[in-house]
Amino acid sequence: MTQSRELRKTTTGTSRLNFLVGPMQFILGVLLAFVAGALFLFVFQEDPVEAYQALFKGAFGSKRYIAETLLSMTPLVFGGLAVALGFRCGLFNMGVEGQIVLGGMAAAYIGYAWDLPRVIHLPLAILGGAFAGGVWGAIPGYLKARHRIHEVITTIMLNYIVFQIAAYMIAVGGPMKADNELPVSPDILPTAQLVRIWEGTRMSAGIFIALVTAIVVWFFLFKTRLGYKMRAVGFSPSAAEYAGIKSRQMMVLAMFFSGALGGIAGAVEVLGLHYKFYAAFSPGYGWDAIAVALLGLLHPVGVVASAFLFGVLRSGSITMQAIAQISKDIVLVLTALIIFFTATNKTIRPILEGAIVRATSRQDKRKSET
Amino acid sequence: MEAWSQVLSLTLVAAAIRSATPILYPALAGIFCERSGILNIALEGVMLISAFTAVVGSYYTGSAWIGVLCAIAAGVLTSLIHAFMCINMRADQAIVGTGINILGAGLPSFLLLKLFGSQGISPIVERIAEWRVPILADLPVIGPVLGTQGPLVYLCLIMVPVSWFVLFKTPFGLRLRAVGENPRAAETVGVSVYRMRYAGVMISGVLAALGGAFLSVSYLAQFVKLMTAGRGFIGLAAMIFGRWNPWGALFACLLFGFADAVQAAAQASNVPIAPQLLRTLPYVLTIIALVGAMGRAEPPAFVAKPYEKA
Repeated sequence: MTQSRELRKTTTGTSRLNFLVGPMQFILGVLLAFVAGALFLFVFQEDPVEAYQALFKGAFGSKRYIAETLLSMTPLVFGGLAVALGFRCGLFNMGVEGQIVLGGMAAAYIGYAWDLPRVIHLPLAILGGAFAGGVWGAIPGYLKARHRIHEVITTIMLNYIVFQIAAYMIAVGGPMKADNELPVSPDILPTAQLVRIWEGTRMSAGIFIALVTAIVVWFFLFKTRLGYKMRAVGFSPSAAEYAGIKSRQMMVLAMFFSGALGGIAGAVEVLGLHYKFYAAFSPGYGWDAIAVALLGLLHPVGVVASAFLFGVLRSGSITMQAIAQISKDIVLVLTALIIFFTATNKTIRPILEGAIVRATSRQDKRKSET
Repeated sequence: MEAWSQVLSLTLVAAAIRSATPILYPALAGIFCERSGILNIALEGVMLISAFTAVVGSYYTGSAWIGVLCAIAAGVLTSLIHAFMCINMRADQAIVGTGINILGAGLPSFLLLKLFGSQGISPIVERIAEWRVPILADLPVIGPVLGTQGPLVYLCLIMVPVSWFVLFKTPFGLRLRAVGENPRAAETVGVSVYRMRYAGVMISGVLAALGGAFLSVSYLAQFVKLMTAGRGFIGLAAMIFGRWNPWGALFACLLFGFADAVQAAAQASNVPIAPQLLRTLPYVLTIIALVGAMGRAEPPAFVAKPYEKA
């Protein structure tokens, strides 16, 4: 065992500190995005210091702000996991936003229309959201596997379709319209609501579900046979096929799971925060989710870390807009910058690895000298 | 039944051509880009940024045409980022495209608040008036359909044969297609892969910018947040359905344009289907068209594969 590890070390030039490469990439990406964002603000004659101060005040300034940050983080963990799981199987799920909306819609329906005891009602509503999102995700998975249609186009088209369906559901005369003048669904019954866990804030138990889900996804991807097969397909569908893995089946299944995670994000939003369904309940979490997954290097631990960062951006930007009069959509610009950075991972990773190898070998030499 | 018969008319065909235009521009843009070997899912973002820039240009100069020029400049600049990341940095092209799309969603909104102090929509600006083409406008059938359209519509229709000619009848087009099909071989005979790919992405930037400008200073006279509503992606689907050929793309775009015009006209004449559900029609049709097209449509062999100089 030690021998083989030694061998691997010498042949690939890696080091025992190699696990640091991921976190380094993460931190570098965040720093570069903030620096580039500051430059961007400077170019447009805004004060970056004032902007970032307002941003962090809005994210951490009070108990309520911290709760809002964690609240924004919650759907981003699910969404980031959804995108990451798809990518691990070689699929780019751009449909998370639509899966969130559909998941929220299904969960809300179960939540207000069915009368069940709490122990069944809440889990059923969440599972209903997961299933709806999963089916919506599996469609592009099937179209890719069966017809080789690029999933980016189909997931985007399905997003637009779901947005219209959502608007229809709660429009006047729509099947989910509440008995009032607002474009919303009826209130979700208390038996299907997620409990609030922090007095004086809107914080719900959703964050714990998110963290547990991250562990489950990690276990699934790296410790189960099915997860292994999916990752094999992600590396090379033809090689996986050669090894006896049904790659098409894996694609559909991966997109189902990915969509289901998106659906849970929507369900938890609706059941834990809004207590009703309305069309625009997600402010674009599905788009952030792509950046969350990429910045998190498609690893559940990384996803949780970057979901926290994007939660900070999301909740902080609202205060920033109020205090500094800078559009909260600056967050999208930062997101784009982070995505650009992560797109060059292939170029950056070897540089970091090389730096670590040099650093450790220098240290080893020093140790052997003393 | 009566409502449906009101929907079908010559004005509908004219509306279909108008609706096809902002899809045809990105479709042609996609063809140039992907023929050179660069996957372009960034069209939506380029269109949004250009649509916004066109409005800014028109607002400050009072001339919608200067707005169009500003849009082209913005489209080229955005595409330069795209090209640099994909070609020089050899980044994952789907990821870069997503970044540009997210930039396209955020940057205009940020500037909207900055320049006009408004959220979501810009002020009304000068727009490009329709032309009434002499002779053509007086013809029966063709007159009401093609006689009175915006100049950017005519330009778009002209771009179809022009693109076809450039791609398939000129040495430039041959080189462009060569670096998308087999970059190594092209490099061996002295074609610069990087330069041709830059050319492909830049041309696509100009075309997508025209599509964005058409939406904001011709079709409408203002910028509305996320006004492209997926047209960049529908354009890509049209490109695939049209097998990476301008004529095929034209056909596909007319089909989508027709679907869009039908749903708009059906809403206006009280057809008993919810307007939200009618609005899904172009998107549903896009997916169906893709299912029909695949299997016989083959993308350029080296699309989305970064090229490393030998």
